[in-house]
Amino acid sequence: MDQETELIERDIDGYLVMHQEKELLRLVAVGSVDDGKSTLIGRLLHDTHGVYEDQLHAVKKASTQEGMEIDFSLFTDGLVAEREQGITIDVAYRYFSTVKRKFIIADTPGHVQYTRNMATGASTANVGVILIDARLGVLQQSRRHAYIASLLGIPHLAVAVNKMDLKDYDEGVYRAIVDDFTAFARQLRFKDVQFVPISALKGDNVVHASERMPWHKGGTMLDYLERVPIAEDRNLKDFRYPVQYVLRPDLDYRGFAGEISSGVIRPGDSITVLPSRQETKVAGIDVFDGELAEAYAPMSVAIRLEDEVDVSRGDMLVRTGELPHVRDCFEAMVVWMNQQELDTEKSYLIKHTTQTTRVDVEAVISKTELETLEAHSVDTLGLNDIGRIRLRTHRPLYIDSYISNRKTGAFILIDSLTNATVANGMIIEPEVGVSQMPRADVNEPARSVRSQVSPKERGNRLGQKPGLVILCGAPASGKSAIAYALERRLTDLGRVATVLDDTGQGTSQSVRMFAASALFHAGLITIVSAPTDEVDRKELATLASDAAVEVWVNTPASLCRKRDHRGSYDQGAPAFVEPSSPALSLSLADLAPELAARKIAELLEERGLYSQ
Amino acid sequence: MTPELSTTSSSRTANAGDMADAAVSRRLSHLRQLEAESIHIIREVAAEFDNPVMLYSIGKDSSVMARLARKAFYPAKLPFPMLHIDTTWKFKEMIEFRDRFCAEHDIDLIVHTNQEGKKANINPFDHGSNKYTDVMKTQALLQALKSGGYDAAFGGARRDEEKSRAKERIYSFRNRFGQWDPKNQRPELWNLYNGQLTRGESIRVFPISNWTELDVWLYIHLEKIPIVPLYFAKKRPVVEREGILVMVDDERLPLAPDEVPKEELVRFRTLGCYPLTGAQKSAATTLPEIIREMLLTNHSERSGRLIDHDEDGSMEKKKREGYF
Repeated sequence: MDQETELIERDIDGYLVMHQEKELLRLVAVGSVDDGKSTLIGRLLHDTHGVYEDQLHAVKKASTQEGMEIDFSLFTDGLVAEREQGITIDVAYRYFSTVKRKFIIADTPGHVQYTRNMATGASTANVGVILIDARLGVLQQSRRHAYIASLLGIPHLAVAVNKMDLKDYDEGVYRAIVDDFTAFARQLRFKDVQFVPISALKGDNVVHASERMPWHKGGTMLDYLERVPIAEDRNLKDFRYPVQYVLRPDLDYRGFAGEISSGVIRPGDSITVLPSRQETKVAGIDVFDGELAEAYAPMSVAIRLEDEVDVSRGDMLVRTGELPHVRDCFEAMVVWMNQQELDTEKSYLIKHTTQTTRVDVEAVISKTELETLEAHSVDTLGLNDIGRIRLRTHRPLYIDSYISNRKTGAFILIDSLTNATVANGMIIEPEVGVSQMPRADVNEPARSVRSQVSPKERGNRLGQKPGLVILCGAPASGKSAIAYALERRLTDLGRVATVLDDTGQGTSQSVRMFAASALFHAGLITIVSAPTDEVDRKELATLASDAAVEVWVNTPASLCRKRDHRGSYDQGAPAFVEPSSPALSLSLADLAPELAARKIAELLEERGLYSQ
Repeated sequence: MTPELSTTSSSRTANAGDMADAAVSRRLSHLRQLEAESIHIIREVAAEFDNPVMLYSIGKDSSVMARLARKAFYPAKLPFPMLHIDTTWKFKEMIEFRDRFCAEHDIDLIVHTNQEGKKANINPFDHGSNKYTDVMKTQALLQALKSGGYDAAFGGARRDEEKSRAKERIYSFRNRFGQWDPKNQRPELWNLYNGQLTRGESIRVFPISNWTELDVWLYIHLEKIPIVPLYFAKKRPVVEREGILVMVDDERLPLAPDEVPKEELVRFRTLGCYPLTGAQKSAATTLPEIIREMLLTNHSERSGRLIDHDEDGSMEKKKREGYF
């Protein structure tokens, strides 16, 4: 700072010009409780004059550890409750700057249960800084941190091998850790990994080069943070512009305000509006200071279009010919962030760019065990779990894979009851999705093989909830007539329904069960019209549990006899056991089959059985 | 594909070196990046909330926030009003500046004072800074937010101001009593803010959370943003109390028999209620001089405000109670 101080005193205008042109770098610092992360951050802030004199004074006063002048970790310890517990339990943001760059540090705790906080801090980071205690070497926890950093798409990783002072600044110790970690990091997706041997406590190689480690030629931690190239990390290739807000100050002006997620745009460029797919050209790019000849990510601008096309918030402008995927079904890696575990029966909200819409989790495909970093199949995800899921949104989204675009490949899930942010997600490239599936375990016993597609999932594809309608009643009471009328009615309502009619065919119960099960599992609204007894009906209903509805066609025996043409009534009224608790009871004496069908359809709707 | 399109795409399949050059030439400085992010936040709130309001304290941070808001909706006017909590003890020059600024830019300004507090003559001298701040600022703010039915209120707080603010979210949820629960905040990832509200809840939004004091000054300099003249050194009448210079802004300041106001060349690093805001001796009359002084003094900016030193963790306490 001494040169800097001198510059400030001598030439403040020159200093201001230099500082106006700085770059912004975000880093996330992760480490375990005792590996000195707070001390490293405190040291960075202190040695770059990022703390104020009175803060320094307060910290000096509060430093209690013996034999130490300043407890650097106190600069970063936050809320009162946390200070009392002695651990940080949330994400805190710190700021410092040098002549070259302004730095935003997301300070996140490294316990295993706090995956959530690390994901939060990592989501916007350009650089991840992982601390490794030189005495302990590469722990499972270090691998976990690196994996999460890679999952969240951080391009650059810096590994600070800390507490070198406690290992006599031994190069061998450092080399072993570098080799160990490098072997592991090859599996991850970082552009580059930089190692720095440091002592945060003593200040070696943090801001000032260490004289005690002359063997290290790679520069200090600050050197690295000032130099690592980050401008190229942006996606400047694919123009993506989610519309945030429509500006209409008067009848003549219509501008679409937003932040450019990726890419470059100029007036005259051809663009396509999603979802309408209308094509037009950019008429102008406006900002407060005037019109721009070119705009690029991550600028916030307003775009005017040449034609009067319909555009509103949630729509996306893209360059014609460079469309994102327009999908309502895709797979993603998610970090689950809520105490309440994922519930595939529940409908969540998804926020993706400037769109918020309802979404169903169609399937939980796998969970990544953080101990082994291997994927296993599971039914649900709980707090701090990382897993792969398949989603179906109620409106199509305009998506890219997270690897190619950190803005249009990202989303959050919101619990629509509690409004909590329950998960964050990174979209997997739709095309390559299949090849990334976890490999089958050859030792898995054959008996566990069953359909991986649930009736609900198929129903979603058809835009409905599958259901089972069981029509029962005495022979010739009108079951089949009502069944076909209901099939017609539901089809007219846009549902996919079919009738399983074995009246008078002598079908066995096992065949009937097999057929009903196949149709129901195919996601259809299955209407069974069968001469069944109470036990058979109960068995049928278990196929669909809550989605089963029993309807009693209670046509009077006299009318049945008149309708009968199979001779069922020739030897007197045949035996029929009345259902004990039908959901609905109706008679052809009162209603034509079409009206009866309408009543049943209304009941289904009331119960939410066929609509999503 | 049109010929025009094929040219564009061929120029885009250039080699990696060209790509890197293109990226470097299209670099946004940290100030422009902060600006873009803040504008994004302001637009997002305007789009997702029914009834937002922007708190306007007339200080330098508010001036930056107001500029960002004007940029966010240009060429349209602000789609929400600005709200000033007038404790009746603000510097005269602040009020003049406020009225001129809002008139010039056609901004809907709402001014609120806690009338009960005013009737009871709650003031910093008889009731102490704690009680006074609670009644005339915290309670007044909660009253104004409630009576306006606002579901989102922008504030100009920055995370670098105080340790407890380092963990504050951009969207900070308040329960129906306007209180902040530091243990129950939503995680914020990327630029995807969860603005879903439960009945009775509201949010405070801090669009300049990631700006530091230096960033604010650099931006004011770069953008030539007008600020209240009190930030610049001038001869002003002051009395010294417990090592702090208090400006005699009007006749309401009670003077002890031995206290005689002296004309001193002073300026203010932060602005608030004049009896609670310490002046500092300074000869800085231009923005670069102010920035030089700030960098060299190297003192936490809030050390000039009396309310923060009451007890350890005091800002955090105030915030839980609803103070910004």
